Amino acid sequence: MITRTTFAGFGGQGVLLMGYILSHGAMHKGLNITYFPSYGAEMRGGTANCTVTVSDKKIASPVASNPDVLVAMNGPSLDKFEPTIIKGGLIFLNASLIPEAPSRTDVEYIQVPIVELAKEVGNARGANMVMIGTVCAKTGILSLEETIKGMQAAMKGKDKFFGANEKAIERGFAFAKDGR
Amino acid sequence: MPSEKMLMNGSHVVAEAAVRAGCRYYFGYPITPQNELPEYLSARMPEIGGTFIQGESEIASINMVLGASVAGGRAMTSSSSPGVSLKQEGISYMAGMELPGVIINMMRGGPGLGNIAPSAADYFQATRGGGHGDYRTPVLAPGGSQELADLTFVAFDIADKYRTPVMLLGDGLMGQVMEPVVFPDFINLEDLPKKDWILDGCKGREPRALFSLLLGQDGQLYKHNLHLQEKYDQITANELRWETKTQDEDEMIIVAYGTAARIAESAIEELRAEGLNVGLFRPITLWPYPMAALRELASKVSKVAVFELSMGQMVEDVVLSVGDRAEIHFYGLPGGIIPTPADVADFLRSASRGDGKVGRRIDV
Amino acid sequence: MSAEAAYKKIFGFPESLKDNPTHYCPGCGHSIAHRLVAECLDEMNLREETIGVPPVGCAVLAYNYFNFDMVEAPHGRALAVATGIKRVHPDKLVLTYQGDGDLAAIGTAETIHAANRGERISTIFINNAIYGMTGGQMAPTTTLGQNATTTPGGRDQRLHGNPIDISQMLAVSNGVVYVERCALTTIKQINRAKKAIKKSFRCQLDDLGFSLVELLSPCPTNWKISPKDAWKWVNEEMVKTYPLGVIKDITGYEDKK
Ligand SMILES: Cc1ncc(C[n+]2csc(CCOP(=O)(O)OP(=O)(O)O)c2C)c(N)n1
Ligand code: SF4
Ligand SMILES: [Mg+2]
Repeated sequence: MITRTTFAGFGGQGVLLMGYILSHGAMHKGLNITYFPSYGAEMRGGTANCTVTVSDKKIASPVASNPDVLVAMNGPSLDKFEPTIIKGGLIFLNASLIPEAPSRTDVEYIQVPIVELAKEVGNARGANMVMIGTVCAKTGILSLEETIKGMQAAMKGKDKFFGANEKAIERGFAFAKDGR
Repeated sequence: MPSEKMLMNGSHVVAEAAVRAGCRYYFGYPITPQNELPEYLSARMPEIGGTFIQGESEIASINMVLGASVAGGRAMTSSSSPGVSLKQEGISYMAGMELPGVIINMMRGGPGLGNIAPSAADYFQATRGGGHGDYRTPVLAPGGSQELADLTFVAFDIADKYRTPVMLLGDGLMGQVMEPVVFPDFINLEDLPKKDWILDGCKGREPRALFSLLLGQDGQLYKHNLHLQEKYDQITANELRWETKTQDEDEMIIVAYGTAARIAESAIEELRAEGLNVGLFRPITLWPYPMAALRELASKVSKVAVFELSMGQMVEDVVLSVGDRAEIHFYGLPGGIIPTPADVADFLRSASRGDGKVGRRIDV
Repeated sequence: MSAEAAYKKIFGFPESLKDNPTHYCPGCGHSIAHRLVAECLDEMNLREETIGVPPVGCAVLAYNYFNFDMVEAPHGRALAVATGIKRVHPDKLVLTYQGDGDLAAIGTAETIHAANRGERISTIFINNAIYGMTGGQMAPTTTLGQNATTTPGGRDQRLHGNPIDISQMLAVSNGVVYVERCALTTIKQINRAKKAIKKSFRCQLDDLGFSLVELLSPCPTNWKISPKDAWKWVNEEMVKTYPLGVIKDITGYEDKK
């Protein structure tokens, strides 16, 4: 099994953190991972992206030709990465910010109203947590417990956010299950 | 005991590995994409009683390494391409005076400022000496984070054993990628062989002097260069490192190092599914270059493909190794972009067909 | 009276600036400094007579904004490159525009020796007490206690050395005729800075010697505070290490107040 996921959005949307959470969760589970962030000049432009590869085998390239999964947190990221996703792949959209109708017919789109869901559980700043919850649930890479573990490892030392983030991650899992 | 599995970026991996390998003196000047390395050590060195100094330049930093080394410490500096150019003077003096030290180069695109995207265009500089004079620098090229850790240990050991500067040649991508890493245990500084050439005050012994100016009328410089060459021959005999991933049915092998090798390996996996069998030869020491091993492998296949993140530097060593034992095909990408396995797969398909559509055939 | 005569143009976009969107962060001093240099060149009618050397630092792309001839120099070497240019074109205005790391760390030798040779060059020195471009490492000018990514817990004199006052150091040299330090964070100081830049250009045109204008400049991004707080920090804290005013002036010019 190998899954390559690209997370992309504005700087400040917690894009890289979602990648860390997936990476830490998968590492704790005993899987191999590589995490590759965009860096430098690209980040000055206010956009951020990272690609996380998870596999039960040794991973060769941390760079993916055609990722299996895209998590698009804003419109420009969707435009940029949508064409690169493999046929039959999954595209998660931040439906709170991306109104566009999906344009490809050979991938599955999952529109997640992350801002609304985060507010619903009283963690207005936890939209990325909702998203990573839905992503882990839908792809089946991590269980709820494993995702929470990943979050705690990725945010080591920031314990005061754990409770609220757990709720948001749970909300993401619930959305994946019920579609609402 | 080795460490737990830890998730860190490549720059942090080298920094932590250096500490565990006994490095207590770090000197460097900021440059992207390796700033995480000095930043990590600026906090880590004080914790373990080591020294971190942000020098005023790369020239100052490498000469601080020279000084710490002559005084007996395990010392290191790190930079990226433009900064490594400035270190060449110091490296030449260290080679001349036979001083150990580790230089990390997380390569970026050039020439000049270029940009900060990964590149592997400093192969010539690293393997051909870089600075002036008749010397060689052992060069280690890690293929991923675990090797970044392991080879950092190796770099310090080779440096001390042969009294030579050693370069660890990574790239910007490697410095940024995070992967789980298990660190070897801390070495015990007391266990390292005593150095009988260092300067620590001449109490109870004759004063020592280290220098590279050799004016002696008796052929002093000539003899010194012969002595250096003997040492380089020993390094070539003892320290060659490479990795192969081949199968009997391979019709072709691809030669690549560092990040390029990882991308190539993924391409190979893709192609096996199509029935195109390509093996991988990954040099880990770039100087000395594992020529004999490559030559032997090349004689078993009809084609040797070379993939580099430069417009063609290592390919010259491949030509020297392989000669006309196999057809040599080259594909190089200049710095500034990050190639994907699909790009390399296209090249290998083209090389297999011999249609010259991607890359080019090298006439030997 | 025609409409044209009735209205006098008192404000506009300087010809010495290109109308390109800037890459500088909000609240950054570089943009103001660029504007001042451009206005001075316009007002002295020097744009077409000027050759500029930007640094390696956040202002490395200055040629995207300055509308006159420019050449990139390697990090720290601007004044050596400028020396070469000036010796070929002694009748042109040659200026360097450099950050603190560029001018006072890696380029210290080039800076001191160009100044000491009395090169007829004007240097605009942007002191933001940090390495902006590379993401907030210690600069030679970082103040004691100031946080940088390579001075965890704040700059410590014993571990990291002292903030360098390169302007004072340069003033000692006989090749240097004029050095002034201004800030980019109050209207009064910005006006002061503009006068200083003009005076520096004049020194060069009058063949007097080397001159430098140091500008204390906020870097909200790497100080990790808001633009407003960054400006305040310059006015209240940074000036304690780098007091404002004329550091050396042997031009003999009478300042028009
Ligand atoms: C030889 C070399 N070393 C290091 C660098 C990386 N580098 C680019 S800009 C810079 C310092 C920037 O600081 P400063 O001069 O203060 O300018 P600022 O960005 O703060 O305006 C450094 C270290 C480089 N480009 N070349
Ligand atoms: S990093 Fe600092 S110096 Fe650079 S543009 Fe931003 S505010 Fe200005
Ligand atoms: Mg600066």
